[in-house]
Formats: sequence, structure tokens, C-alpha cells
Amino acid sequence: MQEIRFHGRGGQGTVVASVILAKAFFKAGLWVQTFPVFGVERRGAPVEAYLRLDDKKILIRSNLYAPDHIVVQDAKLLDTADVTKGLKQGGWILLNSSKMPDNLAKFKGFRLAMADAGQIGIRHRLGTRTQPIINTAMIGAFVRILESPPIDMLADAIREEIAARQEENVAAAKEAYDSVQIIGNID
Amino acid sequence: MRQVLEGSHAVSEAVRLAKVQVMSAYPITPQTHIVEALSEYCEDGRMNAKFICVESEHSAMAAVIGAASGGARTFTATSSHGLALMHELLHWASAARLPIVMAEVNRALAPGWNIWMDQTDSLAQRDTGWIQLYCEDGQEVLDTTLLAFRLAETVNLPVMVILDAFFLSHTYEPVDVPDQQDADRFLPPYSPRIQLDTKNPFAMSQMAPPPVYMEMRRNIQVGMEAVPGCFDRIEKEFESIFGRKYGQLETVSCEDAEIILIVTGTAASTSRHVLAELRAQGEKVGILKLKMFRPFPKDLIRQALCNAKKVAVVDRNFSFGASGIFAQEVRAALCNQPNHPPVFGYITGLGGRDVTPEILKQIYQLVKQTPEPVEESVWVGLKE
Repeated sequence: MQEIRFHGRGGQGTVVASVILAKAFFKAGLWVQTFPVFGVERRGAPVEAYLRLDDKKILIRSNLYAPDHIVVQDAKLLDTADVTKGLKQGGWILLNSSKMPDNLAKFKGFRLAMADAGQIGIRHRLGTRTQPIINTAMIGAFVRILESPPIDMLADAIREEIAARQEENVAAAKEAYDSVQIIGNID
Repeated sequence: MRQVLEGSHAVSEAVRLAKVQVMSAYPITPQTHIVEALSEYCEDGRMNAKFICVESEHSAMAAVIGAASGGARTFTATSSHGLALMHELLHWASAARLPIVMAEVNRALAPGWNIWMDQTDSLAQRDTGWIQLYCEDGQEVLDTTLLAFRLAETVNLPVMVILDAFFLSHTYEPVDVPDQQDADRFLPPYSPRIQLDTKNPFAMSQMAPPPVYMEMRRNIQVGMEAVPGCFDRIEKEFESIFGRKYGQLETVSCEDAEIILIVTGTAASTSRHVLAELRAQGEKVGILKLKMFRPFPKDLIRQALCNAKKVAVVDRNFSFGASGIFAQEVRAALCNQPNHPPVFGYITGLGGRDVTPEILKQIYQLVKQTPEPVEESVWVGLKE
């Protein structure tokens, strides 16, 4: 079983990102389970979503404490939340950022990748210039680093799950898939 | 077709397939996505039903009582404080013998405010005359909702389909959604024995003085006593069409088990995972998953537990001044049985506190190490 934890803020489509990714993995033949963890829903508050993947029915129905990988939709969360808590050694950290984090020491033993999801969102006119939609770009980048599921399955899942501007969201996911910066192991 | 569906929406899909005619709900927290999707289905024509949006849960139940009295297939959904507010009319629905189906998402009661998983809300309604069915995953909650209409309309009693907040209601997972054709085959249109009719006016639910009231109450119990047999028969038909069954309860590896854990809701699913691990280590452990709580399947429970050395009940609820509620019921079912196993009670997972595989393993170790129950309830996972 693989476990993935999403970190974001209310309004960033963190839960939707996890659901789309779940649907894409389901298309690829896996069993999936995803659910959000939030306090009382409000914009801007930290949000987490959990995604489990397995080749058989998933029985565990508790929260997730030792993820294989994490997706961080807002790099500022690195200052306020312990986003790598429980992350397994060698796990991927996908960061929504265009520049390397200042303090790499806390990522030691993990693998790092970065997607410039804000700029990609703006280029595809998703959301506003100050608050672009970033979730579809983030999952586009994430399937590239995991090398699964195929990007076309992700595109189909985006079209199913998102009601408006579907092709722009698909294009954002594909651009992030092509442009994600893979840093790899942090020693 | 199997699709990735949220637990709440698995309920909505079953209600759509059941071709419910009248729904009523109060749309504010602690309400869930169940009625949000249903209101959309009514709006976009996927359902040909009347959705009555009301100002409180008390009114939501009143509206479906009215519609069911008029002979309509009815549904509502609620949670925690909404269910508590309905309490008066829950008694009304069952005593009027109305086959209303309600989805109830287990959420904690305030204060302190808490929207997370806790079973005390539904268990506090155990004496209202509603059939109660607890579910462990999205497939079970869809199947059970569809089955609930058949059951309710067969015995003329209302059914509560119960699902854990978040761990089921907000969890997306693959769920097989039946075809409408198959659903129609299983669930024909509702034909009430009695209904309000403007052409032949009569009165319902009138004064029942002492010479008749007690017999009316006895009749509700007679209806309840018919539930297990009806449930098994209806589920057999369900299985022949859809290939799935759940039972009033389910036993897993109980035949040679020395210790049996009694679990409900999503904790039953997690305990299956734990069971596999403990069995691989040679532990003689079994699981009894309780699905039906009202009527309480006491004969099946007695049979399932008769060879166990110890029984441990995992309660995500609490009756203050007493103990966990499932534990009380299991003790009452066993008390007149000769040589019954001791019943250990464990309280955990209140107000959304996680019931992890580690917590369940800890409970197993506790019951294994303790020769006999000392306290009625041991609280597991409390902070110091």
C-alpha cells in the first residue's frame, strides 16, 4: 500500500486534487481511498487530505501517519506546519515553488521536486493573477515524479471531476508534468 | 458500474435508485453532502421527486411523516444535533408505522462543538422504535440504503442507516452503483396499505386511551420481531440480483477464537486488517461485526459468542453513569446464558479521535492480559 498526504490551505482545492488523483489511479486499476482532514472549513486555514493506494481493497479506515510521499500546495506551510512529520525515508516532497527552499537540512533523507504551479495557473488563466488555481498543475507534476498513473488517465479524471475550464486545467496539468523540476535525493 | 464515490454520495445514489418521491432536509451543518446531491438530482431532473427544504430537522421529520402518511416513499438525512432535535418525531414516525428511511451520519454532540465521528447521537435514539443498521464502507452504505426501503415497507417501521462521519461520509472509494433496471427489480414502487386520501377522508394518529394504547405498543414490538426474518429474506433477494450480502451481523474467524472483538462501523473494517496481522502471529482472535442494532440480534450474538473465552466490545460512544452502549446490550443478551464468556468494555474514538490499528491491537492485548473484567469500561487512548 502507498500513502500520500496533501498539505494545502482552504480554498486551494487540496481535497479536490486528492480526489482527482484517486480517480486517475482507479482508472489505472488500483483500489483507492481518499478523505480530507480539516477543522472547521474556512478559507486560508491549513487543510490536509489523505490518499491510500493498493492493488487490493483497502481495509484500514483511520488517519494516515507515515506517508510515502507528500504534496505541499503552499510553500509557506513549511514555516508553520511540520509537513514532513512521519514521512518515510526516500519519500517524495512535491513543493509548489519556483525556487529552492532556504533550509534544505530539514529535507535530508527525502527526495525533492518543485512545480511552479502558480505561474502555470496564471498562464492558463485559471483563477486570478493573485490567487491562481494550482491544484491541477500540482497533480500533473506529481504523476510525473511517481511515473504513475499515465497522464492521459489524469486528464480524463480532471475532465470528470472539474466542472469549468476543463481543458485549461488539463493543459496546466500537462505543462506541470513536462516542467516539474526534479531535484531528487537531499543528502 | 464501479466508480470512485464519496460515502455520502453512495447514500444519495441509493436514494436516486429507490425513486424516492418526497425528501425533506435542513441544509445547514451538521448536515452532509447526502442531501446536497439529492437536491441537485431533483433540480436537474435525474430524480422526479419533491425536495422540501425546511427550517429545522424537527420540521424535516414532520414533512416526511406527512408525505409518508399520504403514501409517498420518503427519505431524509441528518446528524448529531439535527437527530437530537428530531427526537420527538422519531417516536411519531415509528408509532404511526411509517416506512421512512433516514441516513444518519454519526457525529458528536456539543459542547464542545465537534462535527467528528461519535456514535452517541444515534444510540441515544435506540428506544424510538426505529430499525438501526450500521455500515462500514461506501458499498455497504449504498446497498443498505436500497435495502432499507424494502425492509421499511415490508414491516411498516422506519429505518435509520448509520455511517461514520468523515471515515465514511467524506471518504471516496470505489463503489459499485447498480443499474436502475436491477434496482427496480429489487425494489418495486411503494404500495401503502393505508394512506391519507382526499377522496375518502379519515383521521390518523388519534387519541389512544388506556384500553388501546398498550396493544398498539405491543404491535410495534411484533413488527420489530418480524424484522430479522424479513431482513434475511430481503437480503437473500438482494444477493441474488447484486451478488453481495452483509447479514444482521458478521463473524470473522470466530469458530476457534478465544477472544472475540465486537466492532461496528468503519472500525469493523480496520479490525479486519488487524485480525489478519494477529492471526498471522498465531493469536486466536475473531471479530463480530454488528450491523443491526435495533432490533438487537441477541440469538445470533449468543450463538456467535458461546465458544469464546473472552469478549471485548469496542464502543465509540458512552452512556454517562453506565458504560459503552453496545457493551450494555451484549451483556444483557448474555446474562441469562449459562457459562457465558466475560464481556470486557472498551471506550475509544469519541469525537473523531482516531481508532487506529494500534489502538485495536492495544485493546486485544489488554483483554488478553486481564483475567476478568474489573471495570465496566476501560477508556483507551486517553491523554494523560
